[in-house]
Amino acid sequence: MEEQLKIDFEKSFKNSSFSTKNINVKKEFLNKFIKEGLPNKSLENWKFSDISQIIKKEIGDLSFYNDISSPSKIDPSIYLNGLEQNSIVFVNGRPEKIDFQFEEKNKLEILDDFELNKDYSNINSLINLNNAFVDKSFKIVIKENYSFKKPLVIYHYTNKKVKSKNINLRLNFVLEKNSSLKLIDVLNDASEKNFINTFYNFKISQDAILKNYKIDIKNNSNIKYIFTNIEQEKNSLSETFIASSGSDFIKNEINCNLNGEHSSAFVNGIFSLNKQKHHEIRTSINHLTEYTKSSQLIKSVLENDAKAVYQGKIYVSSKAQKTDGYQLSKAILLDETTEFNAKPELEIYADDVKCSHGSASGSLNENSIFYLMSRGLNYKEAKELLISGFLLDVIEKITDSEIKSLIKKMIGLQE
Amino acid sequence: MKIESSQTSREKEIENLKKYKYGFSTDIESTKAPKGLSEEVIKFISNIKKEPQWLLDWRLKAYYRLKALKEPNWQKPKYPKIDYQDLYYYSAPKSFKEKPKSLDDLDPKLLETYKKLGIPLQEQKRLNNIAVDAVFDSVSVATTFKDKLTEKGIIFCSISEAVQKHPELVKKYLGSVIPLTDHFFATLNSAVFTDGSFVYVPPGVRCPMELSTYFRINASDTGQFERTLIIADKGSYVSYLEGCTAPMRDENQLHAANVELVALDDAEIKYSTVQNWYPGDKDGKGGIYNFVTKRGLCKGKNSKISWTQVETGSAITWKYPSCILKGDNSIGEFYSIAITNNHQKADTGTKMIHLGKNTKSKIISKGISAGFSDMTYRGLVDISKKANNSRNYTQCDSLLMGNKCGAHTIPYIKNKNSDSNLAHEATTSKISEEQLHYCQQRGLNSEEAVGLIVNGFCKEVLQQLPMEFAVEAQKLVGISLEGSVG
Repeated sequence: MEEQLKIDFEKSFKNSSFSTKNINVKKEFLNKFIKEGLPNKSLENWKFSDISQIIKKEIGDLSFYNDISSPSKIDPSIYLNGLEQNSIVFVNGRPEKIDFQFEEKNKLEILDDFELNKDYSNINSLINLNNAFVDKSFKIVIKENYSFKKPLVIYHYTNKKVKSKNINLRLNFVLEKNSSLKLIDVLNDASEKNFINTFYNFKISQDAILKNYKIDIKNNSNIKYIFTNIEQEKNSLSETFIASSGSDFIKNEINCNLNGEHSSAFVNGIFSLNKQKHHEIRTSINHLTEYTKSSQLIKSVLENDAKAVYQGKIYVSSKAQKTDGYQLSKAILLDETTEFNAKPELEIYADDVKCSHGSASGSLNENSIFYLMSRGLNYKEAKELLISGFLLDVIEKITDSEIKSLIKKMIGLQE
Repeated sequence: MKIESSQTSREKEIENLKKYKYGFSTDIESTKAPKGLSEEVIKFISNIKKEPQWLLDWRLKAYYRLKALKEPNWQKPKYPKIDYQDLYYYSAPKSFKEKPKSLDDLDPKLLETYKKLGIPLQEQKRLNNIAVDAVFDSVSVATTFKDKLTEKGIIFCSISEAVQKHPELVKKYLGSVIPLTDHFFATLNSAVFTDGSFVYVPPGVRCPMELSTYFRINASDTGQFERTLIIADKGSYVSYLEGCTAPMRDENQLHAANVELVALDDAEIKYSTVQNWYPGDKDGKGGIYNFVTKRGLCKGKNSKISWTQVETGSAITWKYPSCILKGDNSIGEFYSIAITNNHQKADTGTKMIHLGKNTKSKIISKGISAGFSDMTYRGLVDISKKANNSRNYTQCDSLLMGNKCGAHTIPYIKNKNSDSNLAHEATTSKISEEQLHYCQQRGLNSEEAVGLIVNGFCKEVLQQLPMEFAVEAQKLVGISLEGSVG
């Protein structure tokens, strides 16, 4: 792999406009990645999902240079119907279209800035890989007191013409004071067996609101890692929803720092998995100051060799008195071949806090099925009704009603 | 001026004595093996204990294995590197070269020590219905109540005695739950273990009394590596209790014991620990490193193993008493109170490994941290594919006193069986002002009030202890938290 990395790395800045300084910084990250390699299960955070083994088994050797000099056509069928939207479309890692037709142009700024972030390079080696190979890095700034009129949808589309086995993406958002953004990430893949490594960074200023919905429901054989870092200031709010069911492997990792008083973070997610899929959500919510709040709810339905992992951590620093932290994960295992692993973790250094977590897993309740069947449903209907009720519980947590019904429709859950 | 200073030093002395009641060291000459870990030392230990060849080979195998192993470092409380070549691996009171025949032959000074500890052997023999096996440094001193147990066919003796007298049992079960190659500290213990208790309860026998061991580290620079092996044959029952203390010393001492329990069909083992090793002084200097491997195997159908622990001592406690639920319908239980104060650190919990059908486990863990201490619950519940209809219930509650301490919960939950149910709950809170106020209104001072509330918080676990020890443990809980309020 080392040889390939070095060759591809040379190629990656031949046609690009990076400054020598940037190239040197990137080189540093590359060397760091070469030294550490892909994360494996000897690392605590990757204990349940050994990505190094998974890539080896599913993809084999990776290639890293993603040539994005030539444009591709956008297949119009990828767009979400029935939603007025702003959109950014990535095709095979190349930004093909940026469209903010519903917004006031002077209220937002799109910078093609290149800011490699050293702060997160210690979290895991995939961030170093991202830093070394990422080609374009957008920074989208939403100005003070401006609320997005329509949601922004980012389409992550790949097809068979992709030029590399590994795609690295990077997006930065800055929400200035009292602004708000609704962001939907749609992962839509027609490519096979690629490793897609995405890094999101959000800075949410005072009184700003971010709502982020990550949707991965289309079946595909790609392996994905999405790291989301959220920095929150006073009175800010972040809501993250993850629908995890399409890719063969996906790990969503969320690191959220509650830096300002009265800031709050909500993470909700559903896993609906079958056919040997292996998905993971790992969260790390860091309560760093007083009066902060967080809540997490993850529900999974698994069948047919599927495996779901939830690692959730609530960290409360000694300064963060009056913290309210809550975390719950529930799983239904539909047959013998499935596996659910959880590690709900509390790390608390302050005494005046309210923190709790719960985790439960088991089979469908036979009594409930009996109840429904005695009222005229057949077994299959009864089962489906129970499962959709179980998952709807999470979807009901979505605070935006338009997006809520859209997601319900996309997932195919009846009310 | 002079008088004043001597007075303060005297006061200090008294204060020190108050703090750790068991912090005295007995002046008894002891035989030590040469310092350091080597083949010679292991041969020396084996030789002095007149062990058969197979055991020496077993020890050496562990020693070679150890060379390939690395000390684990994933635990939360970090500690300075231990120099394993700077420890004594064997230390026995000198007067022991010729084994005493009865309690009356014991060195009077030794007996004095136990009296100070609060376990006067003779008295207990007379008054209490408890058989005591006391381990002093590394050698088992005397086992009381032998006759009464022999009558029932129960074997309760030191493990060195068992090696001589019941080699077939030891050979069969030693290392069957904690294999030689398990992990660094377990392997270290296998190579150098010096003594410990051995219990065998024959089929269908209900042990008529609580069996009890008292451990004490006396000599400085010694590690204590005892090995306990308890076998409950078909349909039997035994309840076993261990207590631990150590003198106050500035340096850290290592305690790496291995405890193996085997429960055959329909058998039940109840294992209780009251651990009060020296926790180090107020500034975190000295104290015991308590790195113990405890594991029980529910080998037979309908067997049950129950761990109860009250952990109040040690500078660092790092242990996970575990149950392997192999037999169908077997039950594993874990009840724990862990209290850390000053600079103590604890990383403790349990592992419940469900392999058999209809297996059940229950985990109740109560953690209390005060001062500058750090307390972690780390547990694993693993339900394998074949463990149909298994159940687990886990509850871990933490209580924090002050904002200089930490309380952490790290449960690992693995479920591979759709037929099984798992539930986990955890909460963290502090003692509320209202609760304190309520108690104080009724005439308790703040320290008593905290004691009362904490005892209430721990009650679920304390109830699991045998009666005599529940009272002692309750007191211990109070003592450990002294000075942490206000």
